[in-house]
Amino acid sequence: MAIEGADIVKAAAYLGAGISMGLGAIGPGVGEGMAAAKTCEAIGKNPKEAGLLTRTMLVGQAVSESTGIYSLVISLLLLFVV
Amino acid sequence: MINDVQTWVSVAAFTGAGLAMGFGAIGAAIGEGYTAAQANFAVSRNTKLSGEVFKSMLVGQAIAESASIFALVIAVLMLFYKMPGATMIKAASLFGAGLCMGLGAIGSGIGSGYPAGQACVGLSRQPAVGNKLMANMLIGSAVCQTPAIFSMVVALMLIFLDFSKAPLFPTWAALIGAGLSTGMAAIGSGMGGGFAAGASCEGVARNPETAGPVTTTMLVGQAVAQTPSIFGLLISFILMFKTFPESITFAASAGLLAAGISTGFGGIGPGIGNGWAAEGAVRWVARNVEESGQLMRIMLVGQAVSQSTAIYAMVVSLCLIFVV
Repeated sequence: MAIEGADIVKAAAYLGAGISMGLGAIGPGVGEGMAAAKTCEAIGKNPKEAGLLTRTMLVGQAVSESTGIYSLVISLLLLFVV
Repeated sequence: MINDVQTWVSVAAFTGAGLAMGFGAIGAAIGEGYTAAQANFAVSRNTKLSGEVFKSMLVGQAIAESASIFALVIAVLMLFYKMPGATMIKAASLFGAGLCMGLGAIGSGIGSGYPAGQACVGLSRQPAVGNKLMANMLIGSAVCQTPAIFSMVVALMLIFLDFSKAPLFPTWAALIGAGLSTGMAAIGSGMGGGFAAGASCEGVARNPETAGPVTTTMLVGQAVAQTPSIFGLLISFILMFKTFPESITFAASAGLLAAGISTGFGGIGPGIGNGWAAEGAVRWVARNVEESGQLMRIMLVGQAVSQSTAIYAMVVSLCLIFVV
């Protein structure tokens, strides 16, 4: 296997892209699921406020999602830009 | 550098067998320990039922154990099955198979412990619905085992399929990536399915008349929690069956390895998160069954958002395989 400098850099970028998106996806998935679970619990206790609770859940999840999107952006940058 | 190919195949088979059994033992042990702890709690609450609780504990533990038995079977196969035609590609695929089965057994083992434990506690609370509880536990923990079964299927394919016609570079990375993808993604789905199943056993015991809607919500929630492991399986199949042009660059190999890492790791969080969402929904369907439609809807919306990162991870993997 012929390994040159540019080749190693490209390889590192690809590996970095996979690791970034892979690890970065763990947290948002767990966190957003927790938010959804608590929302279900709250709607179970107080079904009349379902609309308000769903809105709160979605806003909270959107914030939690942001780190997943950062990972996606970094992965795409590593793949296609740098 | 040892150039004897047979040596490397043996090294890969033995390392892979160690990884399969080592990782594979973690989950089942945790799940069974949780079941035993809950069973003790149940017996202390209602000592007259100790026989029934004991039976329920053993059945539940047997299901949790199956994940590690899959790992044992794969490990023994890799130790003693003499592969025809040793090639370096075979060495890579054996290593991938070990990783896949070992990692894939973790989630299912832990997950199956939850319904078993909650069934024991539920039995001590509502002895009259023992059969319903047992049926619910069996359905729930069977679904928890599916990610381990996906891993076993991928591991068996990696062991027995003949990849020797493919070019060594970059196919070696594709095969290890295939193992990582299904193996890692199975951790989240196995655990997530277990959370939902545990809540449903608790719910049936709390309010036996709601068993129908509770089981339905559990199954829908578990099905969504399984999707990250199905993404992992999809990426594994693509990595195993796509023919990659020979390329001696390091980048080509690294890209395929990273494709497996991305979907694999990326599946862990959404699998656990979807399971938590399902747990919350199932628990409250049991307490407030009139709202089961609304709870199911919110569960699905929440799970869809939680799922998004697994989809990003899959998109990055597909880009790594097909685009760059």
